[in-house]
Amino acid sequence: MNDAPKNARPGKKATAPKETPPPTSEASVDKQGKQIFVHHLTRVEGHGNIVVSIDHNDKIETCRWEVPEAPRFFEAMVLGRSWRDIHHITSRICGICSIGHQLASLQATEEALAIRPSEQTHVLRKLALHGENMQSHLLHLGYLVLPDLLNVDSVIPLAQSHPKELKNLIALHRLANEFSRVISGRTTHPQRLIPGGMGKLPTAEELKDIRKQLEDSVPKLKAAAELFAALREKFPDFERPTEYVALVSEAEYPLYWGDIGSSHDKRKPARFYMDTAKEYMVPHSTAKWARNVKQSYMVGALARYNLNHAMLHPLARKVADQVGLTPMSTNPYFNNLAQLVEVVHSVEDSIRHIDRLLTKGLKREPYPKVEPRAGKGVGAVEVPRGLLFHAYEYDDDGRIVRADCVIPTNQNHANIQHDLDELTPTISGKSEAEIELTLSMLVRAYDPCISCSTHLIDMSGQEGGRGVRFVREPKAGESRKA
Amino acid sequence: MAKAKPRVAFFDFAGCEGDQLQIANLEETLLDLLEHIEVVAFREVKTGDEPPYDIAFIEGSITRPQDEARVKEIRKQSTFLVALGACATIGGINCLKNFHSEAIYRTQVYGDRARWYDTYPARPVGAVVKVDAELHGCPIDRSEFLRVTKELLLGKRPWIPDYPVCVECKEVGNICRYDLGRPCLGIVSRAGCKACCVTEGATCWGCRGLAPHANLDAARYVMEDIGGFSREEAQDLMRLYLGWTQAPL
Repeated sequence: MNDAPKNARPGKKATAPKETPPPTSEASVDKQGKQIFVHHLTRVEGHGNIVVSIDHNDKIETCRWEVPEAPRFFEAMVLGRSWRDIHHITSRICGICSIGHQLASLQATEEALAIRPSEQTHVLRKLALHGENMQSHLLHLGYLVLPDLLNVDSVIPLAQSHPKELKNLIALHRLANEFSRVISGRTTHPQRLIPGGMGKLPTAEELKDIRKQLEDSVPKLKAAAELFAALREKFPDFERPTEYVALVSEAEYPLYWGDIGSSHDKRKPARFYMDTAKEYMVPHSTAKWARNVKQSYMVGALARYNLNHAMLHPLARKVADQVGLTPMSTNPYFNNLAQLVEVVHSVEDSIRHIDRLLTKGLKREPYPKVEPRAGKGVGAVEVPRGLLFHAYEYDDDGRIVRADCVIPTNQNHANIQHDLDELTPTISGKSEAEIELTLSMLVRAYDPCISCSTHLIDMSGQEGGRGVRFVREPKAGESRKA
Repeated sequence: MAKAKPRVAFFDFAGCEGDQLQIANLEETLLDLLEHIEVVAFREVKTGDEPPYDIAFIEGSITRPQDEARVKEIRKQSTFLVALGACATIGGINCLKNFHSEAIYRTQVYGDRARWYDTYPARPVGAVVKVDAELHGCPIDRSEFLRVTKELLLGKRPWIPDYPVCVECKEVGNICRYDLGRPCLGIVSRAGCKACCVTEGATCWGCRGLAPHANLDAARYVMEDIGGFSREEAQDLMRLYLGWTQAPL
């Protein structure tokens, strides 16, 4: 079944075939010139296609990144819903970054309803975010990226060919899941994170135990670093400077909060997110693109590393040196290496936070009491794939009248396309398998989370405003029931 | 000579892929399972897709005509079809949009470009094709997935609990949410989750769907007349996951 959008797309040759496309991710060839059509790119979260048109001289004419994911309408789903449930609903935007979505959602709700969580809650949330970052990065590196580097089609054959390396990464991933479970209660769609506090606390014993496990994981992290240092050569040598956008802070390598920083722009508070994530449409793309000062920008581990590398903990820096990652790295494939560096940093930072909690002693806090009121709020959190914003407007009863979620992968779509544009001339003339792999690896390097990002796709290819306007400019006279 | 391994496939429609993540999260146990099955399609994990399938696991809701056609094709190629997680079994969170008129959810999200999108009210997989087994939950429970898969591999029809969450909630020793002055759907929801959300300090949201023969009128009576919650609060909870039920919510 073809998921490509029905409406006409410009460019005759580049149009994907209307009939049944070839089986997932296998290249198809037509007679005059060629077309490589990677239908439903595998080993990414959600559905995306890469369409490459090659002329009869084997020169790549165009290469396009398409997103045919089914839209899910989250901003409409939360309309009229109570502040109590919003984070519970938006968590379901993505199974992999459910904790990050919950935290961005809680921040926005808390700002809107003037709720102030305790310091202890903030520390626990930072730990929850570290746990998720580790989970997601390790899953991506071990299950989705490693097969490319070792020339196989999935993680499954690696159980036979590279059992030691794979089991090491699986053990780390299991630790990340266990860590998430201890802090958030569940690894996916956790229940403990609620507006104003925590529904349940981990015990001091659990914290001590997980602290020890984190400490004991250092040799495993070093082994993983050695593995990726040895495989570094497998990443294509491709540089394209772009703008890097991530949260920045004086205090730490920020994930949970900070200002919006950029490699090319001044720092802004998170509530001005619309001034950075400027979205626009172009005739030859099915997804909305975002730009700030340059033609596109990148969010994610590499952007965070480029902006905040000075705040990394010692072992993370050592690992960065070991895998050959240096600040202002402009090779998008190295996003994978930056993810590994972040895993190490998360382990070190988590140990520090757990020590802080244990020293102060965990305090049971009363179940948060919240008075609903009308208000607006913005949450900004660094999730595994980059900068995530949630923005809400509530009415007097604490029910949503307007919502906006700006997802990292949406901010990356334009950058992915610009990378593809610049990458394709360098691989013209290579075998189709090689072209397909190089391009797929590029998209995969961004770890795109497409099911998250679908609310902004626009197939019309025309200029136009975004569907959901931000809460700062509500339409006059619109009610919740609208 | 050993019999060929059963051919297992995973597919996803509109959903968060959190259920497939639970399978990846089986870690080493997944490697053990892989010794007994052959994974022939799993887009999130591997490249390639080779029908037919002995067991097809389907995650996510059906929200577009073209998805309906795709799932019918999968059904044709599969001996056993298992719905994976709330979006696939009961429609789940995706059905929240069904309570708005189509014009509203389209324009709220896509503005004046809304008409370009194929979409119709979200529905569970079972509303479109025959489903042989259902793995409930948002997300699914890893151990239940293992148990059901084992039973399917052994040729047994898997058993899924048919009593409400309250039974398991008492078993694990939670204080009733109603005693704490909070609404809870455990009274009518299908068990099998060990009341994990209540245990974590939340309430039951009903992600495993209604238990067979659930009495919604009695549930409403408990929530509104005994618990003292407003009609709207009761409705909030019932609509969250149960959007595809025929019951008036």
